[in-house]
Amino acid sequence: MAESAPVAKASPELNEVGREALAELILGVADDEFVIGFWDSEWTGIAPMLEEDVATSSIAQDEIGHARALYELLADLTGDDADRIAFGRAPDAYRHAALLNHARGDWAFSVARRWLYESADAVRLTALASSRWAPLAQLTTKMRREETYHRLHVDAWLRRLADAAPDVRERLVDALVRLWPDAQEVFAPLPAEEELVRAGFLPEPLRALHAAWQETVRPVLEPIIGALPPAEPSIDGRTRRTDDFGWLHGQFTMVARSIEGATW
Amino acid sequence: MVSSPTLDAREQRVWDALASIADPEIPAISLVDLGVIGEVRIGPELVHVELLPTFVGCPAIEVMRQQIGERLTELGVADRVEVEVSFATPWTSERISVAGREQLRGSGFAPPVMEGGDGLDVLAVMPIAECPYCGSRNTTLDNPFGPTLCRAIYHCADCRQPFEQFKRV
Repeated sequence: MAESAPVAKASPELNEVGREALAELILGVADDEFVIGFWDSEWTGIAPMLEEDVATSSIAQDEIGHARALYELLADLTGDDADRIAFGRAPDAYRHAALLNHARGDWAFSVARRWLYESADAVRLTALASSRWAPLAQLTTKMRREETYHRLHVDAWLRRLADAAPDVRERLVDALVRLWPDAQEVFAPLPAEEELVRAGFLPEPLRALHAAWQETVRPVLEPIIGALPPAEPSIDGRTRRTDDFGWLHGQFTMVARSIEGATW
Repeated sequence: MVSSPTLDAREQRVWDALASIADPEIPAISLVDLGVIGEVRIGPELVHVELLPTFVGCPAIEVMRQQIGERLTELGVADRVEVEVSFATPWTSERISVAGREQLRGSGFAPPVMEGGDGLDVLAVMPIAECPYCGSRNTTLDNPFGPTLCRAIYHCADCRQPFEQFKRV
């Protein structure tokens, strides 16, 4: 029978500090993709129209697939198990950005959140695609090509809702205003960030990526919602958790908890 | 690549075996024509196959991995078979062979359109597909997402058939 070769080759050049810093970086990206994938999957069967049912489900599958590949990279790096990382942690051990703490809400809220997330993710993926740690650069290079479709899709929806009847537009605007502070947290500082930048694993500091992201989103959002207040990422941007996420965690770990340690 | 005369008999047998494995989701095309087979290294004890997923989250990857392992183990060209899922070379639509594009068309899938800029710039090329039934370009994109991660849904205004396209990526 075929043996499964590890996704990433062992990286003997990594010291313990570098390994831990890299693990923390990958965990944040993986948890972001995992959690938004599960929120999106909540629309399967009940999206506003059939096309969206298919699209949102497909996007959710993409995101969870990205998370899986990232968890495997991480498992390989730390000697852990990808399924355990995905499903075996308590809610407060997840490291997704606070933007992804909110329940899916209505369609406008989901569109607003996905637009904010996809735009931030695009900036981050562009940076990671030139990471000096080759396995991460290779995986994110591949992910970027797929994310282009997600951005195309959610961009069209943002414009469609922004141009719709006042009550629809109002829902979109309310959601964007409410989510704006938490959207910054995709770029929340990481404790070992200095090490990541020094080693070239993260080609640019998160604050630089954050500034670049704000420059791309303000010209799109401000014509829709007016002037956006200044906003910065915060130190607990990836550690704050909510009851909404607690509920989602209960949902996505339900099967894994039903038979502890089962092989899927 | 498969028919290169410089390949020794073992390599030829390995590539033939790989070419006999159908894509689990679109059985009309083989893994070799789909372009998901990357580097193949054949040593005295080990055959190492690099498998390049079309989409990162493709649920058929594990099925492909198992099938490659089983088929090459049956072949008995080496003691061990190792299949490595790899992103070192990103799979892109350009990897589908000319024969593979015809196989897709023959089973009702429009092959990815290869005109326009880089694959990242799908905005420019996405809404184009040639109807696999009548060859018309008078088609409209119904949904850039379809029943699997790699498919988009179109409609042909000439022969009035809905059809799917293997997405460009």
